[in-house]
Amino acid sequence: MSSMAGPARRSAVSTTTEFGDVQTKGGALSPWRLAWRRFVRHRMAMVGAIILLLLILYVVVGALIFSEAYANQTATFKRLQGPSWEHPFGTDPVGRDVLARTIYGGHISLSIGISAMLVSVVVGVLIGAIAGYYGGAIDSILMRFTEAVFNIPSLFLLIVMAKFFSGRIPTVELFGRSFSGSVIVIIVVIGLTSWMYLARIVRANYLSLKEREFVLAARCLGVPNRRIILFHILPNTLAPIIVTATLGVAAAILSEAYVSFLGLGVQPPTASWGNMLDGSYVYLESAPWLWFFPGLLIVLTVLSINFVGDGLRDALDPRSLTK
Amino acid sequence: MTRYIIRRILQAIPLLFIISVILFALMMNMGDPLATLGGRQPPRGEDRLRLARQLGLDQPIYMQYIFWLVGNDWMRFDTTGDGVPNTYGTRRGILRGDWGTSLVTRRPVVEMIWQRLPNTLLLMGTAQVVIIVFSLAIGIYSALRQYSITDHVITTGAFIGYSMPIFWLALMLMYIFAVNFKKWGLPYFPTVGMYDPAVGRTFSQVVWHMALPVATLSVTAIAAYSRYIRASMLEVINQDYIRTARSKGLPERFILWRHALKNASLPLVTLIGLDLPLLLAGAVVTERIFAWPGMGRLFLDHVERADYPVLMGILMLVSIAVVVFQILTDIVYTYLDPRIRYS
Repeated sequence: MSSMAGPARRSAVSTTTEFGDVQTKGGALSPWRLAWRRFVRHRMAMVGAIILLLLILYVVVGALIFSEAYANQTATFKRLQGPSWEHPFGTDPVGRDVLARTIYGGHISLSIGISAMLVSVVVGVLIGAIAGYYGGAIDSILMRFTEAVFNIPSLFLLIVMAKFFSGRIPTVELFGRSFSGSVIVIIVVIGLTSWMYLARIVRANYLSLKEREFVLAARCLGVPNRRIILFHILPNTLAPIIVTATLGVAAAILSEAYVSFLGLGVQPPTASWGNMLDGSYVYLESAPWLWFFPGLLIVLTVLSINFVGDGLRDALDPRSLTK
Repeated sequence: MTRYIIRRILQAIPLLFIISVILFALMMNMGDPLATLGGRQPPRGEDRLRLARQLGLDQPIYMQYIFWLVGNDWMRFDTTGDGVPNTYGTRRGILRGDWGTSLVTRRPVVEMIWQRLPNTLLLMGTAQVVIIVFSLAIGIYSALRQYSITDHVITTGAFIGYSMPIFWLALMLMYIFAVNFKKWGLPYFPTVGMYDPAVGRTFSQVVWHMALPVATLSVTAIAAYSRYIRASMLEVINQDYIRTARSKGLPERFILWRHALKNASLPLVTLIGLDLPLLLAGAVVTERIFAWPGMGRLFLDHVERADYPVLMGILMLVSIAVVVFQILTDIVYTYLDPRIRYS
C-alpha cells in the first residue's frame, strides 16, 4: 500500500480542489482521511468492524488456550456429548471438542477467505488492467474469456475445479503447522472462480483513466507501460478494488463453506467451518450443537464483513463526497 | 431489432464454443471414470484397456472433444485391440443433437436430464415466484418508508439473510419445523424427498414436501432482491414525472404500480434474467440436503464418478440458457423503457 500511496495523493490534488468546501476547516485532508472519517461515522460498518475484531480475537486467543493437537484429539468414549462446562460446544461423533475445532477451523476459514480474495484480486486486476489499458484484440480476447467464465454457474465451476485440482497438491508445512494440500486447492479454486466481476470494473476504469492527461504526461516522459499500469493508473482505481476485495473475503468464506459442506473442500482432520458441517446434518436431531456453532460463526463473520464492505463503499464512493 | 437479435446470436456462438472448451479441459482431468465402474472390483489390465477403447477414453483429449462436438460416425475405430480400425463410431456429436451417453449408466444424457428437469423446475420455479412476490412487497414497502424503524429492521434482516449459508438456514428450518414441531405435537414438515412413497406422488404430498426447500431457497434471494428493488424504487420515486403524476391528482396506488414500478423494475429484470437460466441447474446444496431428485443432485452424483458426458450436458444446457436469457433480457428492456434502442 505505502508504495502506491504516493501517486494517489498526487493525483488527488485535483479532486480535493473540486470539493474545496469539504476541507475548509482544519487544513487539507487527503481523500483517504476523508474516507476514513466517513467510515468511522458509518454505524453499521463500525458494528461490523467490532464483531469482526471479536471474532479474530476469538480464534487468536482461543489458539493460545487450546492446542491444535487437542482440537484433533479423538476420544470415542465421550462422543456426541451435549454442551457442558468441560465442552461448551459439545463433542463431535469421534469425541473431539467442537469449541477447539471452531477455533482452528476459524484459522482455516479466515485464511482461506483472505488468500482466495488476494488470488482473485490479482487475477481480476491483471486481466482488467491489461484489457482496459491495451484495448484492441487483447481486450476482446480477454473479455470474451471473462464473459465465458462468467456464464458458467459459479458453484458448478467451483465443484468441477475443486475436483480437477484435488489431490494434486501435497501437505504444506507453514508457520510450524501442517496444512492439508486441500486448503491450497480451495484457495486457488475460489480465487480462480471469483475474479470476473472485479476484472470488468477495473477494465472500465482503465478505459476511461488511460485517456486522462496524467497518463499522457507519463507517456510523454517515456514511462514504460507496465509502470503506468501499476503505479499511475492503479492507485486511482483503488477504491472499487478495496470494496470488492472486502466483500470478496465474505464471498470466499461462504464458497469455502459450500464446497467443504459438499465434501469436496478442506479435508479432515484439518478443520474448517465448512467441513465441520459436512455430514453433521445426519445428527440434525440428535446433536444440533454440531452444526449450530460452526454455522453461527460463518454467519457472524460473513455478516460483519458485509457490513464493513458496505461502509467502505459509502466511504470511498466519490459521489458521497458531495453530501 | 431483428438485425440486433441475429447479431447477438452470432456473437453467442464463439462464446459457447469457448465455454465448452474450458469445461471439457476441466472434465478430462476430474478423475478416472473407469475406476468407478464395476463396483468393488474396478476393471484392471486387459479389461480396462478394452473398456477404455469401447468408451473412447483411450483417445487424446482433443479427439475426445471433437467426437463430443461433431460425433465419430465418420471414422473407423479399432474395437478389438488388434491395431486395425474396423468399425465406425456411433456418436453424432452435440452439434447434431447427440448429447452423448453416460459412462456410468450407459443411458443417453438427454434422457437422464429430461427425467430430472421437471422436478427441478417445479422446485426452483415455485421458489422464484415466492422470491419475486415477497421481495417486491418488502422492497417497495421499505422504499416508501425510507429511514423509518421498519426500514432499518428490514435492512438489517436483509443483510443477515444475505450472509447466511443456505445449508445452515436449511438445517435451522429443518430443526425448527420438522424436529421440534414433531416434538411439540404440531403438524411437522417432511425433510426428505418429493413425496412419501407410502402415499404416492399426489399433489398435496409434493406441495407439503416442497415447503421447506422452497423456504430455504427463497430467504437469501429475497434478501438480495429486496435491496435492489428498494434502491431502484427510491431512485424513481424522487423523479419529476412522479411529482407531476401526483400533482395531476392520480391515485397513489396507480402512480406506484403503473408509473413508478415500470421504471423501477429494470434492475429487477436484469436480476431475473440472470437467475432464471440458473433455475435449470437446480440448487446443488438444497437438493442435496432435502434429497430432492433434481438436476443439482444429478450433477453432484456424476461429479463423484467423473462422468463427463452428463456433466457437460448439464453445464452446456445451463450455459445456453444463460446466453439465451441475456438476449431475452435485452429485448424486454426495450418494452419496459422505449428510450432504449439497439442498433
